[in-house]
Amino acid sequence: MSRITERFARLKAEGRAGLVTFITAGDPDFDRSLQILKGLPAAGADVIEVGMPFTDPMADGPAIQAAGLRALNKGMTLPRTLELVRTFRDDDQETPIVLMGYFNPIHAYGVERFLRDAKAHGVDGLIVVDLPPEEDDYLCLPAREVGIDFVRLATPTTDDKRLPAVLGNSSGFVYYVSIAGITGTRAPDFTAVEGALKRIRAASDLPVAVGFGIREPEQAAAVARFADAAVVGSALVDLVAQAEAGQGNAVALVLDRVKALATGVRGARA
Amino acid sequence: MTLTNSLRTQPDERGRFGAYGGRFVAETLMPLILELNEAYEAAKADPAFHEELNGYLRDFVGRPSPLYYAERLTKHLGGAKIYLKREDLNHTGAHKINNCMGQILLAMRMGKKRIIAETGAGQHGVATATVCARFGLPCVVYMGEVDIARQAPNVFRMKLMGAEVRPVVSGSRTLKDALNEAMRDWVANVEDTFYIIGTVAGPHPYPQLVRDFQAVIGEEAKRQCIEKEGRLPDSVIACIGGGSNAMGIFHPFLDDDGVRIIGVEAAGHGIETGQHAASLTAGVPGVLHGNRTYLLQDRDGQITEAHSISAGLDYPGIGPEHAWLKDIGRAEYVSATDKEALDAFQLLSRIEGIIPALEPSHAIAHAVKLAPTLPKDHVMVLCLSGRGDKDVFTVAEALGEKL
Repeated sequence: MSRITERFARLKAEGRAGLVTFITAGDPDFDRSLQILKGLPAAGADVIEVGMPFTDPMADGPAIQAAGLRALNKGMTLPRTLELVRTFRDDDQETPIVLMGYFNPIHAYGVERFLRDAKAHGVDGLIVVDLPPEEDDYLCLPAREVGIDFVRLATPTTDDKRLPAVLGNSSGFVYYVSIAGITGTRAPDFTAVEGALKRIRAASDLPVAVGFGIREPEQAAAVARFADAAVVGSALVDLVAQAEAGQGNAVALVLDRVKALATGVRGARA
Repeated sequence: MTLTNSLRTQPDERGRFGAYGGRFVAETLMPLILELNEAYEAAKADPAFHEELNGYLRDFVGRPSPLYYAERLTKHLGGAKIYLKREDLNHTGAHKINNCMGQILLAMRMGKKRIIAETGAGQHGVATATVCARFGLPCVVYMGEVDIARQAPNVFRMKLMGAEVRPVVSGSRTLKDALNEAMRDWVANVEDTFYIIGTVAGPHPYPQLVRDFQAVIGEEAKRQCIEKEGRLPDSVIACIGGGSNAMGIFHPFLDDDGVRIIGVEAAGHGIETGQHAASLTAGVPGVLHGNRTYLLQDRDGQITEAHSISAGLDYPGIGPEHAWLKDIGRAEYVSATDKEALDAFQLLSRIEGIIPALEPSHAIAHAVKLAPTLPKDHVMVLCLSGRGDKDVFTVAEALGEKL
């Protein structure tokens, strides 16, 4: 059983939803992103998404675009991202790590080599935004072969006709994108999201995490009432930007916010 | 039915030209791209669609464009007989309008109410603004802040025709970032918006449909060459940034083995300096903007900035069909520097009374090198993809002239 599957099974047993947090690898620099990463499980993150910086993140809003460029400007690369995960794994064998990003850096690294190194360094899952099921032969199928979960995004535009294709080779969990739009730009309509989740659950047994546009503990709690996990990304990345602008300590700001979000998520079904 | 011996049946049903092309987009866009593909296939099979498009191409765009014998240029170079396919004489002054007319008719067939586009030099933006004004649809054009500064006349043209020009401040603030921003707009406005992509790139079916709408260039050139010379040309030359004018003129000739096909990329300050836009000459395959193709990128797969004096060639990628044609050896891809393009720009202005855009000046620069080495009975057709009015400020500055 993969670390991701194990974690969601445990959450189910505890009768609560999980908190999935996103940070960009190398933002604001390698050392501080490592400190944030190491602090996340204790702050209440159940699953961690680590963004692989890319120059042209087409599906992301300004916050995550800026985070990627901050990291790249500090010399972040895909090999360094894998090193970040390996270092994290020295102390934590349980928290699932999902790498999230775009295909080109992986293509440049070489798919086979990437999967081998990612597995060896303790990566559990991948979310590659620009690889829809139509392109599964490039990465999804080889990833599943080495035991890395390929987590797919389902969106408000994914209709019933398309849903089986999207769920087909997915594993680990399904990431439901709560808005038709880019990351961190507008707030979701939770009633519509709840309806979408019913459709997904009717078609799949995989746990469903909901993200895009969730910033505050109350929103995370609202999602946690009906989803298996709430995903928060841009709101955390914005805190790093704020710290970089001279207003506080990035590590403390992010971890404090994660604590508040975790409190919201954990209390949601009480 | 597939003709196995034809090079004109690409892409396959997954949008692949050999190992290139495809549909590398976020899930939110996938249903739209599939819907577009269906709508395009239906339009293609509908004679009424072609009749409507051809009517506008004739009466609004001014087609067919002439195939003009460049007599003095031919004599000056002393070799091949050079014909210019005069896309510069189209309404709006470039080939871009051919594609925009096709796409907006398709958009209206699909019931879309709002048009978005990206632009680099501004020619595609102007062409999009033009068709939007003609059919009364709201139009948003994304343009890099850097390009806005160097193409001010085109920005004003778009505004005159009622388009909203949104400056793009992300990334390198040029064409690639304008494309990212247009994609982001599309993801957020999936219900009512049609994205008119300006070149033979992007997710399937764009490389195919843009090529098909531009193929009118090659079809006319083929017919006109036979009328004038009684035979096909020996070579066809075009400049390539994303590659739409080139794909348009190349495609009808792909199965004519005797026709040499040459694409000319922008070598900027020189390939060896790293400051260029020659993705085929100096790039490696990767995935960007919805397709797999040759890209300018570093070892980590990060996209690097392209450079060319011509904003229209300043793009780190290339249409996937060109990538495939390069690999199978059907087309040759060469490059010309900023300096060579500037010289060609001045040469054609002086010797033929035609001020070319900086983009096709790269193709002319290559003809200047190649034509003298060829016999006098060699017929060369060069795609003069646009006129140079938009570039006079850039050229004056490069030549140290104050306007």
